[in-house]
Amino acid sequence: MAHVDPSAPLEGRPSKETERKLKRESRTQIVSFVFMIFITSTAFLTIASDAIPTGFAIPFILLLAAVQVVMQLYYFMHMNGKGTGWVNAMIWSGLFVAAMTVAALMLLIGIVKY
Amino acid sequence: MADNQVVEPQVLPPNPEKATLEGRNKFLGFWFFLGGETVLFGSLFGTYLGLRTSTEGGPGPSELFHLDLVFIMTMILLTSSLTSVFAIINMKRGNFNKLLIWMWATVALGVAFLSFEIYEFYDYYFNYGLGFTVSAFASSFYTLVGTHGAHVAFGVGWITTLLIRYRKAGITLANAPKFYTAVLYWHFIDVVWVFIFTVVYLLGAGG
Repeated sequence: MAHVDPSAPLEGRPSKETERKLKRESRTQIVSFVFMIFITSTAFLTIASDAIPTGFAIPFILLLAAVQVVMQLYYFMHMNGKGTGWVNAMIWSGLFVAAMTVAALMLLIGIVKY
Repeated sequence: MADNQVVEPQVLPPNPEKATLEGRNKFLGFWFFLGGETVLFGSLFGTYLGLRTSTEGGPGPSELFHLDLVFIMTMILLTSSLTSVFAIINMKRGNFNKLLIWMWATVALGVAFLSFEIYEFYDYYFNYGLGFTVSAFASSFYTLVGTHGAHVAFGVGWITTLLIRYRKAGITLANAPKFYTAVLYWHFIDVVWVFIFTVVYLLGAGG
């Protein structure tokens, strides 16, 4: 292959198949966006209306946040695509360390109470 | 590059951001960075959760937080995530003008978000007297939410720089990975905000 000049403008149309794939993708993205808006509103209403007891509301909104983050990572950021093994390894080990950090800090400074 | 050289146009590949080795390396390296950012925010979240009841007689979460304002901020940031997704889809279609328009829309929403946040901090400081050193809660709150705000500000600056630098370049194999990583960063900021919204604001107001 000849040397590719990376600053050359890219021309031409994407193939029919790519075009179809992109159309499908933008539909998926809109649906997941609407779903995320719905999740956020549900969490907001759970807290804003006093009808729901706190004992149920707190684990419920934490669950909703977790669902939304996974959706962001896998739909908007394409962590389920091809060749994302390292990506998944990095993010999940990051989340693992972060979870332990949160737990440790909460126990260390939350119980001693400064 | 010398001006007298003729630049041969390239054919648009299906994924221009990953068509070169440099693009693939940027993609991978950026995710490594995001893994580290997760840990950074994890430690700030842990600190906040440990100290959120230590108000030292100063104002606490339930008196301070205006959930309606924060809800609007969340919607703005979620929408900006969607506009950046459209920008990337248009990049893969080879439509450079639409890429620019959607990216500018993302920047505008980011600026709107930042203005709300500045107003929010201003309100806490001047109307409620919540200074940075008032209590352990105040310090940890400002550090967590402020670090996120600084990330938003950096993202706005980053995307604006790209948009100005490449305003006439068209989509190339060199700038496609740059736009792509900037959008990944933007999504990550949004992910962090979802957690701030739930853990800081909703738990603070209702828990």
